[in-house]
Amino acid sequence: MDINEIIKEENLVYRKSAVLNDKVFNFCPGCGHGVVQKLIAEVVEEMNIESEVIGVGSVGCSVLVYEFMELDVVSAAHGRAAAVATGIKRVMPDKYVFSLQGDGDLAAIGTSESIHACNRGENITMIFINNGIYGMTGGQMAPTSLHGMKTATSPYGRNEAMGHPIRMSDVVAQLEGTYYVTRQAVHTPAMVRKAKKALRQAFENQKLNKGLSFVEFVTNCNSGWKLSPIKANQWLDQHMLPFYPLGDIKTEGVIVTKDK
Amino acid sequence: MAKIRGAIVVDTERCKGCELCMYNCPTQTIGMEHKVNSKGYHYAYMENPEACIGCTNCAVVCPDGVITVYKKKFEQ
Repeated sequence: MDINEIIKEENLVYRKSAVLNDKVFNFCPGCGHGVVQKLIAEVVEEMNIESEVIGVGSVGCSVLVYEFMELDVVSAAHGRAAAVATGIKRVMPDKYVFSLQGDGDLAAIGTSESIHACNRGENITMIFINNGIYGMTGGQMAPTSLHGMKTATSPYGRNEAMGHPIRMSDVVAQLEGTYYVTRQAVHTPAMVRKAKKALRQAFENQKLNKGLSFVEFVTNCNSGWKLSPIKANQWLDQHMLPFYPLGDIKTEGVIVTKDK
Repeated sequence: MAKIRGAIVVDTERCKGCELCMYNCPTQTIGMEHKVNSKGYHYAYMENPEACIGCTNCAVVCPDGVITVYKKKFEQ
């Protein structure tokens, strides 16, 4: 059987989203940031809202979001993406506004803006990429770094004196302004498919005008963790996911109680 | 019985050789090419084209969106 019999337009089942342009992502090989940006593009394309979306980029590895997507994107000052997104949404309430931030941006310098945007119940979608490290600046310890995690600034592992990792999604779920809070991962095909549904839900919630949707992605940072992409994903499975359990934390404004 | 066959096309210049597609392929279809692209990465290719079932796992997990997947049902 000839392979060219299969490679035909009518047999197409998956291709790169048309919202992404032809520029090559500048992320390290195997980085979860690429998958998340790909998912945003796919969700926007499926909802057919390319001309109605305004993104807000942050500082960190997510800074170049405007480079790769054929969408309108604003770059905010470090940590201030939620505040900028608030302004845009209040001026143009009909547009879909999302912010894309990493853990250094959302959970460190921008904690105040993020928490208050959630508390005010701004009708935006906040996308949070949690890889437990400051990837872009060279792998320093982040507020989300796990206990015992070795980073450039905690070479013997994070200890008690350096504080405890923060579960941002659980923090913002406690605030009354959030409508939908979920934690997803993107390192296996099944999880990517699940994450896409959650992201789509987060975008569709903006139509309801009921509050903020917060999507956390637990991803790898293989360069920062000094592991190969496959090993980094295994490490993520073994160490990150037990501390950051996946699933919906708050749906339709109500905290999900887990049956044990 | 109908048989489902798939095929992938890899954008070799975008590929960064992270091997996640190879690792996540359920039928061991994908291998890494010995040759490198202009950036020096070993890119993914179909090592066993007969085995591909067009499940799209490789394309879904690819961080750089380099894989296009085709699937066709053949009547036997």
